[in-house]
Amino acid sequence: MSSITTNAGDSHGGGDGHDDGHDDGHHEHPPFLAHHFDTPEQQYTTGKLGMWVFLGTELLMFGGLFCAYAVYRNNHPEVFEYAHTYLNKWWGAVNTVVLLVSSFTMAWAVRAAQLGKKNQLSVLLALTLLGGAGFMIIKTIEYRDKWEHALFPGKFNVYNKNYTGTHTPGEGHGGIEHGANVQSPATDNAHGGGAPAGESAHDTGVGGKAVVKSANLMTGPEASPRSEGANTAPQGPAPGEHAEVIAQGKPTPGPANPVIYFDPNSLGAASDAAKIVPKAAGPAGLATDAVHAGEHGAHLAYADLANRDKVRINTFFSIYFLMTGLHGLHVVIGMGLIAWVLVKGTQGIFGPAYYTPVDLVGLYWHLVDLIWIFLFPLLYLIH
Amino acid sequence: MSVISTPNQFESPAKSHEPHEQHYLNHSKGFLSWALTLDHKRIGLMYMVLVLIALFLGGTFAMLLRTELIAPGPTLMADKAAAWNLYNHMFSLHGAVMVFLFIIPAVPAILGNFVLPMMLGAKDVAFPRLNLLSLYVYAFGAMFFLYVLLSGVIHAWTGTSLPGGFGLDTGWTFYTPYSSTKSMSGVIPATFGAFVLGFSSILTGVNFVSSIHTLRPKGMGWFDMPLFLWGLYATSIIQILATPVLAITLMLLITERAIGIGIFDPALGGDPVLYQHFFWFYSHPAVYIMILPAMGVISEIISTFSRRHIFGYTFIAYSSIAIALLGFLVWGHHMFTSGQSALANVLFSLITFSVAIPSAVKVFNWVTTMYKGSIRLQTPMLYAIGFIWMFSIGGLTGIFLAALSVDIHMHDTYFVVAHFHYVMVGSMLFAFIGGMNYWFPKMFGKMYNEKVAVFAAILLFIGFNLTFFIQFVAGSQGMPRRYATYPVQFVSHHFWSTIGAYVMGASLVIVLFNWVAALINGKKAPANPWGSNTLEWQSASPPPHDNFATAPVVTDPYYLDRWKFVSDEEGWVLTDEAKAALAAGAARTGRAH
Repeated sequence: MSSITTNAGDSHGGGDGHDDGHDDGHHEHPPFLAHHFDTPEQQYTTGKLGMWVFLGTELLMFGGLFCAYAVYRNNHPEVFEYAHTYLNKWWGAVNTVVLLVSSFTMAWAVRAAQLGKKNQLSVLLALTLLGGAGFMIIKTIEYRDKWEHALFPGKFNVYNKNYTGTHTPGEGHGGIEHGANVQSPATDNAHGGGAPAGESAHDTGVGGKAVVKSANLMTGPEASPRSEGANTAPQGPAPGEHAEVIAQGKPTPGPANPVIYFDPNSLGAASDAAKIVPKAAGPAGLATDAVHAGEHGAHLAYADLANRDKVRINTFFSIYFLMTGLHGLHVVIGMGLIAWVLVKGTQGIFGPAYYTPVDLVGLYWHLVDLIWIFLFPLLYLIH
Repeated sequence: MSVISTPNQFESPAKSHEPHEQHYLNHSKGFLSWALTLDHKRIGLMYMVLVLIALFLGGTFAMLLRTELIAPGPTLMADKAAAWNLYNHMFSLHGAVMVFLFIIPAVPAILGNFVLPMMLGAKDVAFPRLNLLSLYVYAFGAMFFLYVLLSGVIHAWTGTSLPGGFGLDTGWTFYTPYSSTKSMSGVIPATFGAFVLGFSSILTGVNFVSSIHTLRPKGMGWFDMPLFLWGLYATSIIQILATPVLAITLMLLITERAIGIGIFDPALGGDPVLYQHFFWFYSHPAVYIMILPAMGVISEIISTFSRRHIFGYTFIAYSSIAIALLGFLVWGHHMFTSGQSALANVLFSLITFSVAIPSAVKVFNWVTTMYKGSIRLQTPMLYAIGFIWMFSIGGLTGIFLAALSVDIHMHDTYFVVAHFHYVMVGSMLFAFIGGMNYWFPKMFGKMYNEKVAVFAAILLFIGFNLTFFIQFVAGSQGMPRRYATYPVQFVSHHFWSTIGAYVMGASLVIVLFNWVAALINGKKAPANPWGSNTLEWQSASPPPHDNFATAPVVTDPYYLDRWKFVSDEEGWVLTDEAKAALAAGAARTGRAH
């Protein structure tokens, strides 16, 4: 770094640079210096500025998606509140850690390049690459789960009006969360489990605000026609209704299927009406759900949603896939760039005088990380 | 035979000084030396070829749609439905091709690429490889539009539809939900093409911003830059900040149409007005992408051909930035009738009015620069004066449209059509052709025929005003845009408008032939044919591969008194005083203001 600054001090700028540089060979033209730059310092500043400007364009591109997210969530808050529970926040958290660690190794790699530590640079870049790969593998696991339950964007989504596949709405709710047996909606509910219905909303802590909100939603005009059925709700769960039991937050009788709300097999004849297909759901079935969610509402159940929102759930997944997909594409591109500087690094061309590519790839990688830092809470952790 | 050999004898002594005059055009030969070049000048020329093809295509569509409108009822085809359908495709393709393939890249990618590094006294742009990439990205994006065009032609002839639909009938704005659901046309290939073209635009913007920041030579501070660079800088900011939003918008539109994600489709809970917000968040600033570099060109031409230092340099420079920034805050004025809140309408209306201030600052400064100047009405100056005239009309009618109550009446009428054609064609096209005529000698080392060029400029001016001024009248009387037919009261409006379009088309053909003729047997251009003082004129015409044989000396870019006219062959040369000052090393700091 120091050698660069001294160079820059000597002769910076085109007019003189052209003269002096070519006439008397005042400063040497190192191999990495492009012909149209006068000094390594100028080249470095230019590259860095260009990268920052480019990152600005990246932010704005994602900005469009964040904007779409904000508008759609504002227009249909219940859709988001319900649909996001399909995402596995633990995989999301693990991925966040993976990316953060890879950002750390990347930053360290830049330092190693500056110091010209060739081997250290290679190891750190390899670790960063590994982090990227780990992120993509986890993302693939998550995507595969969505794929298996037909939770892809648009008409490939089971909730879409035009869906033609064989999957049914509601299945796969909780996704891998279920398999991992951690942090399911049921866990949340357990906190408020013993409290009287209606009070639990305040006891759930984390989700307090959202809970109140959802309760309000359900007492709105949408909920009112169902009040008739609501009275029947507290009468206790029928044997086949354990899905609703969970929604009520009462201690679950058995650990079986703690998160599957609408498993067709577990629904008894009594709740046939509520069977999956929203249009076929009887008013009573809807009403009980609505009230349960309203009472302690840690999470909306599918049946709690207004009919018009049920067909909009796919849009959450469209936004989810567009955002994470575009982000994943950036991760892959970043991995390609890291592999490229890794190869370059093994040739030993980086050192105190020249480390621009490592630095710029690092900047890019941090941006990819940063975007994920926003995506994770917005998509996985909302209430 | 002797007639031919005589000039050779005269030329031979001159040639002995420079046996084979090396310049960027003959620096290296062969297809690959062009296809893989990193030279900004060659890239600029390749852009020129592609962009002029786009102009030709867009112009052809314009001729066809004006022909359809020459009389009410079906004109191009006997069958009503077919004629209307053809008209829809023509106006959509005209708009999309002109905006995305011609107007946006024309001045920055051709003139900017060629001139920007030279004005900086640099050897190239900051990222030459990125520059070449953006050219190829442009070509790649353009191919999608060609595909759309081809699919339309094939469908018209054979009735078969290529994958993705045929033609384009959504208008260049691709408004949802029509574009995402009902349209049978090639919305996906067209929007994907625009998506790709956006990246070309972004890369050029990144390149220019970086170049201007870091490649300025010693002695050239920000406020010593030629105003064309300020124009390009402001443009690049918009390209960088707005284009990514268009990219993501078009991506959303494509997925919406392909698989129905439901963000814009009201039937799926989406918001079609959101699309309009997204679209105009890019496309209104894009209007300034089109006009700001054009304004930069005009600043150069006006000063040079008035032989006066530009008046109010800093005001012009700042007003470019002001227009760029304000341009981001006015997109809602495209949606006064789309059901925005009244408050939003009022705010957008107010901010839109405020854009008039920096625009007027520029016009005042240009006119004041001309005041008491020794004006030479050469071709570039004719275009510049035409620009001031038409930009004033286009800008002032924009004020009409910014007024809420007036806009309710004028919205989607020919008044709007006339307004934005005055800005985009009357202003931007005039600045582009004026700039091309201004830098043509530098680019090719040849002089075009001045008389023919002047004739074409005047003809273009007449044709343009004939085409579009009458559209203000038609629009204010209620003629809606994008209609293939009209009631009898508009017959004469449309007839004369179409005649004007033909005149425009003819004059553009003359311009093009004049350039081609100059390339074939134009007189050799001097290094400085106009007496300008920006750095590119200190180099030979055409410039050598590295732009400058000797490093250019930075002075005030509008210190025109350094140059005196010698002859048509030698052009303008430095005065003895300027040479003496140069020898004394004083020119570096000698500023005129």
